[in-house]
Amino acid sequence: MTHAPMEKLARATPRPVARRISGLSDRAIAWIFVAPSIFLLLAVNIFPLIWTVRLSFTDYRVNRPNRDVEWVGLRNYERILTDDGIWATMQATAHFLIWTLVLQVLIGFALAFLINRKFRGSDLWTTAIVLPMMLSPAVVGNFWTFLYQPQIGLFNYAIGFLTGADPASFSMIGDVALAPWAIIIADTWMWTPFVMLICLAGLRSIPESIYEAAECDRASKWRQFWTITIPMALPFLMLAVLFRGIENFKMFDLVVQLTGGGPGNTTTLTSIDLKREAFERWRTGYSSAYAVILFVTVFGLASIYVKALNKVKER
Amino acid sequence: MSFSVTAPSPAARWIAGLLVALYAIVTLLPLAWIIATGFKSPADAIAYPPKVLFEPSLEGYVNLFTTRTRIAEADFAALPPPGTWYEEIVRDQGMVIAGPSRYGERFLNSVIIGFGSTALCMVLGTAAAYAFSRFRVPLKDDLMFFILSTRMMPPIAVAIPIFLMFRQIGLNDTHLGMILLYTAVNLSLSVWLLKGFIDEIPVEYEEAALIDGYTRFQAFRKVVLPQAATGIASTAIFCLIFAWNEYAFAVLLTSGTAQTAPPFIPTIIGTGGKDWPAVAAGATIFLVPVMVFTILLRKHLLRGITFGAVRK
Repeated sequence: MTHAPMEKLARATPRPVARRISGLSDRAIAWIFVAPSIFLLLAVNIFPLIWTVRLSFTDYRVNRPNRDVEWVGLRNYERILTDDGIWATMQATAHFLIWTLVLQVLIGFALAFLINRKFRGSDLWTTAIVLPMMLSPAVVGNFWTFLYQPQIGLFNYAIGFLTGADPASFSMIGDVALAPWAIIIADTWMWTPFVMLICLAGLRSIPESIYEAAECDRASKWRQFWTITIPMALPFLMLAVLFRGIENFKMFDLVVQLTGGGPGNTTTLTSIDLKREAFERWRTGYSSAYAVILFVTVFGLASIYVKALNKVKER
Repeated sequence: MSFSVTAPSPAARWIAGLLVALYAIVTLLPLAWIIATGFKSPADAIAYPPKVLFEPSLEGYVNLFTTRTRIAEADFAALPPPGTWYEEIVRDQGMVIAGPSRYGERFLNSVIIGFGSTALCMVLGTAAAYAFSRFRVPLKDDLMFFILSTRMMPPIAVAIPIFLMFRQIGLNDTHLGMILLYTAVNLSLSVWLLKGFIDEIPVEYEEAALIDGYTRFQAFRKVVLPQAATGIASTAIFCLIFAWNEYAFAVLLTSGTAQTAPPFIPTIIGTGGKDWPAVAAGATIFLVPVMVFTILLRKHLLRGITFGAVRK
């Protein structure tokens, strides 16, 4: 070992001196360890963010690099905020967001509540339930179009089998009224396990002794559920809603593969609309302003929500 | 049997188990259907009512890995008998193999980019997490908030300037570009998770090592790293799965050389209508490794999935 003489010397000297001789100071180590990460995050996360803000005040177009770029001030923002199409997109996103959250929280919590009964084989079934969320949303979303095929699709067949409807009589993806539900069902199938896992963590964090005390006071199971289980699991539920809310606000891969935003614009969520503006119409400046607006929206909503969450935690 | 007033009754357990099992079976149906469709003949795949029992066929897999063409009937008749089993399957469709498809390349790209970015992310992330855990680093408290805020940006929004930046420095559609990008996306969460794991290792171990004459770096390498190995491994799996599944950046920033499998699989089409068995075969090969991983490593994965919420 080449270190051997160094180590012998280090052992013989008092500690601070030893460190100065045989290694870098803690401060230097700290910097060496953190700097590469900070640099990469600055280059790939922060710098693009600043660039987006800058571009949002211009009429730059990626597909016409030779054209002079003009500063247009706030005109991009003005055009976006007064555009009816964008409000329709926002509504589609809100519809998707609200229903996926409601369904995923209800089903996810119910599943976690049941799994917490600790029946035999609960680990095995939990793993089975978690599988969908580990998979590639784009690949799975693409396959859901097959499940949703009128007549031959498994989904249509199952619905037909359960309700007696003709499986060829409806098209989940082609129908204006059904398509928004097609993406909600697929997303709920995929992401309910995530809510379930967080709820399960919440339920497992409740100390057994509280229930024992309630039992001594002869509180009914129903009362225990509403006065112990729900309030104690609430911060976790809210955390799950926060994560799912942010993720689904950005939703792109699953939906773009499933419906591509159609029919018409019924399932054109904001990310899909943004992709069209930026990478199909190549309105770079305009779409940068769009991106900034989306970011500010999520950021604002999330900040308010986190404040509420902290209040619930303090109680 | 333990005597607990709060334990659920056997009947309650039984019903809970039944309901959860029922949900699990329904939720697994689409996945089972993907795997089954991969082994169907095209006719069986689009049969009505949907076929649960069918004669297994490897046509989907053969179509996935080959490109095929029709040739003039006279030439077709004059061909020597097929030499391999897959040639025979293609001949039965009335076609000949023109060459390999791009699926193999795309899959390999997914492997290179997935493992490359995971390795880089672990090297950078472990070092940064150690520094955050043990030293006073400015901005430490803002870390969680920073993680959350980088996750708020839709990938498409970040993709615009990254597209411009990568084009400028020649990283568009390269493996290196995608590795750097995925590393950056995964890094903040990895640091957060790894910091949690390193926090749990008692500082006394390192202090003992330092007194024994180890340098800080040696203490990190020989004391902290082995102790954090499980945590690093589970974080790595989490990063790998993200990079493996990622679609938005991949579809926007890669088109040829560095394209990964997720943007490629949906573009698989057959002659005359979508070749669902081939799509399902491609999806199966791509998804099954993740399913196996999840089942084998379920205990370690949970913490990553729930962003460390499980621990607290």
